[in-house]
Amino acid sequence: MKVAVITFPGSNCDYDLYKAAQQVGGDATFVWHRERGLAGYDAVLLPGGFSYGDYLRAGAIARMSPIMEDVTSFANSGGPVLGICNGFQILCEAGLLPGALMRNSSLKFQGKDVFIRVERNDMLFTSDYTEGQVLRIPIAHGEGNYEADTATLEALEAEGRVVFRYVDASGESTEDANPNGSWHNIAGITNAKGNVLGMMPHPERAMESILGSTDGVALFTSMAGSLSLST
Amino acid sequence: MSQYRLEIRVKPRPGLLDPQGKAIHHSLNSLGWDGVGDVRVGKVMYIDIEADSETSAGEAAEAMCRKLLANPVTEDFEISMIEALEGAGS
Repeated sequence: MKVAVITFPGSNCDYDLYKAAQQVGGDATFVWHRERGLAGYDAVLLPGGFSYGDYLRAGAIARMSPIMEDVTSFANSGGPVLGICNGFQILCEAGLLPGALMRNSSLKFQGKDVFIRVERNDMLFTSDYTEGQVLRIPIAHGEGNYEADTATLEALEAEGRVVFRYVDASGESTEDANPNGSWHNIAGITNAKGNVLGMMPHPERAMESILGSTDGVALFTSMAGSLSLST
Repeated sequence: MSQYRLEIRVKPRPGLLDPQGKAIHHSLNSLGWDGVGDVRVGKVMYIDIEADSETSAGEAAEAMCRKLLANPVTEDFEISMIEALEGAGS
């Protein structure tokens, strides 16, 4: 699995993603936002961070980067694209995923471990999880409050495009378990084709037991497995 | 070509929760302004631009808003002023 980790000025989870891809046997390469071309890559990863200092809106400036044209054509041709945290915000701003991530309803930056439930495992990104599995994954964001117009939100649910949802330890999606005010506790969504995934929690920070959780590993082994490379 | 100054207002769409506005609302209430109703926080941007006419400056402003300055999912925009700058341009 040859993976491009796109790096923007202000990305800060790029090394974590690079390391996560390597840990599952992937061949990872950093691709600077000013570079062009993604030929030969099997997957594209957009890391978390604060691209362009979150100026204007989180992800709004990064999505105008030259490489984003290539990310868009890569995604449109069915290539797997994963955006985490700021990466998710960039995917929404770029129109590769619907909706937007607004300020947390608490107005506070939330940096802690949360529980999320795997809503479907019939995807390239989640095949190594079981449906309904509850994961403990860290979050670290100030703008993770997922919002879209009513028609879009209804379509996301009707089409099963909510991939991860904030839940409590027992797997119930309660209001208390929602760290940012997201509609229907949405933590991660996919596009209609299922090849673009955006999520606020950080699976790349849950890769080693010494760091608190290994619940993120299966996301990367799923990708590596689906992209026909043994781990 | 002449120089124009654009004033563009971007504000949260009606009906969407604006947590910043809500926090300010609470603060104003606690300062004694009990009559304060809805508070919403937006942005004002000032952009100087060279254009053939006021109309084309306005068209450029509109395009900027659609492409970058406002997110149509969460924000509305308004071009609140187009001012010709004195002594600039030719």
